[in-house]
Amino acid sequence: MFDDFFIRALVAGIGVAFVTGPLGCFVIWRRLSYFGDTLAHSALLGVTLAFTMEFNIALSVFIISSLIALTLIQLQKRTNLPGDALLGLLAHSSLAVGLVVIGFLTFIRFDIMGLLFGDILAVTVDDLLIIWVGGAVILLILKLIWKPLFASTVNYELAEAEGLNPDRAKAIFTILMAAIIAISIKMVGLLLITGMLIIPAAMARNISSSPQRMVIYSIIGGLLSVILGLFTSLEFNTSSGPSIITAALFLFILSLFNIKQSIKLKN
Amino acid sequence: MNANQNILVKLKDAGFKINDKWLVQGVSLQVEKGKIVTLIGPNGSGKSTTAKIALGIYKKIEGEVEKYTNKIGYVPQKISIDWTLPLRVNDFMVLTESLKNEIIDEALSLTGVIHLKDKNLGDLSGGEFQRVLLARAISKKPELLVLDEPVQGVDFTGEIALYELIKKISDELNCGILLISHDLHTVMSATDHVVCLNGHVCCSGTPMDVAKNNEYKALFGEQASQILSRYEHRHDHIHTDEGKIKKN
Repeated sequence: MFDDFFIRALVAGIGVAFVTGPLGCFVIWRRLSYFGDTLAHSALLGVTLAFTMEFNIALSVFIISSLIALTLIQLQKRTNLPGDALLGLLAHSSLAVGLVVIGFLTFIRFDIMGLLFGDILAVTVDDLLIIWVGGAVILLILKLIWKPLFASTVNYELAEAEGLNPDRAKAIFTILMAAIIAISIKMVGLLLITGMLIIPAAMARNISSSPQRMVIYSIIGGLLSVILGLFTSLEFNTSSGPSIITAALFLFILSLFNIKQSIKLKN
Repeated sequence: MNANQNILVKLKDAGFKINDKWLVQGVSLQVEKGKIVTLIGPNGSGKSTTAKIALGIYKKIEGEVEKYTNKIGYVPQKISIDWTLPLRVNDFMVLTESLKNEIIDEALSLTGVIHLKDKNLGDLSGGEFQRVLLARAISKKPELLVLDEPVQGVDFTGEIALYELIKKISDELNCGILLISHDLHTVMSATDHVVCLNGHVCCSGTPMDVAKNNEYKALFGEQASQILSRYEHRHDHIHTDEGKIKKN
């Protein structure tokens, strides 16, 4: 069944969408889109590491992204630079270092475009396993920390005062972000992963009135984007990442019309 | 270590500073089951800080905090909620603890905002939101309630009703309440213990004791002192029909 590359890509993409849906909502709620970008940029360094050490790509991306996240937390404590400057510093320097390292690795043929924008041809059966097992673990952990994470997203002090331990939930969530980037890098590519997190969730925000609904719509939006995007990618021979994100954008635009209608109804 | 089974939270010489500036220092107080402890003091005197020390929100503190309960309801003074979150009153009620529908309804009815249950939190007025905050805090039937200016922005009649409700909750649930308020009139009639803060504890005791205290008078003026004693007055005797005074 998984012999066909397109079926593999579809199954992988669907797995990714189930996880990016709920995580993407938190990225929007907690204003972490630039943070997601930073982790994704640093993933290139993880990929090069995987190639040089002949290591599993997802695992090494996960490790590097987690390290970058930890570095960020340390820098925030030790410098007076604003958060977005630190994020920019880490995002671009890790991307640059990754590209420099690739320059040295002349003995390996690299598909840079595939890395940056995703390559459905590259999805193997092993990748499917990583995405679905990894994705299930991420979702399970997210479900376990949902209450403290959501409560502290709404108000940190309430969560802390009423004994929910929001700091631990935040730390775990950071690790989950690194993990989702690691498992989805092949599908969407490192430049567009944050788009996969944000755009379906943003679409969902436009049409939902409660947090639970926003998560569900975000997952549905992600699934539709993947399916639409991959068929487009197959049909027109475009990169998978940009095709999926374009599909997501299309859905987002549709959701804007929904808002206009509801405003009209109100008046 | 808890010699007195009724103690819910106890501060021993507690203080907190940010960047070498003390927000509050040397605060000792305890909240017991069924008792209302009120913090008063001018702006910037460390009332909210003291509440946050008691709640464990501030961790790097001087002194000691002993907490004997985890069932806590908190109404913060300032709450900055990101209104881009799709959050209805109903979702907000179960923020820190899952509750049965009837319990949510009951709490919202008590504070008079049951009709707002399905409304978006961002669409509420300041007073309405304050009522929702209070409903949320009492709905989980806490052992300790920490209320930081719980009736700010609430209309005058509502204010009195909510203070009566707070008193009733304290009696019914037998929970301890740490209350912060500016409103000396309304609060003092129900308070068991007053702590007057001004960067440190300037005086504490029953409302009557505090009213007599010179530091308190210096801080709030003679008039405020009369307010306090008037309430105490109402408590310690009854006026009979003939105009005579009858001791309780």
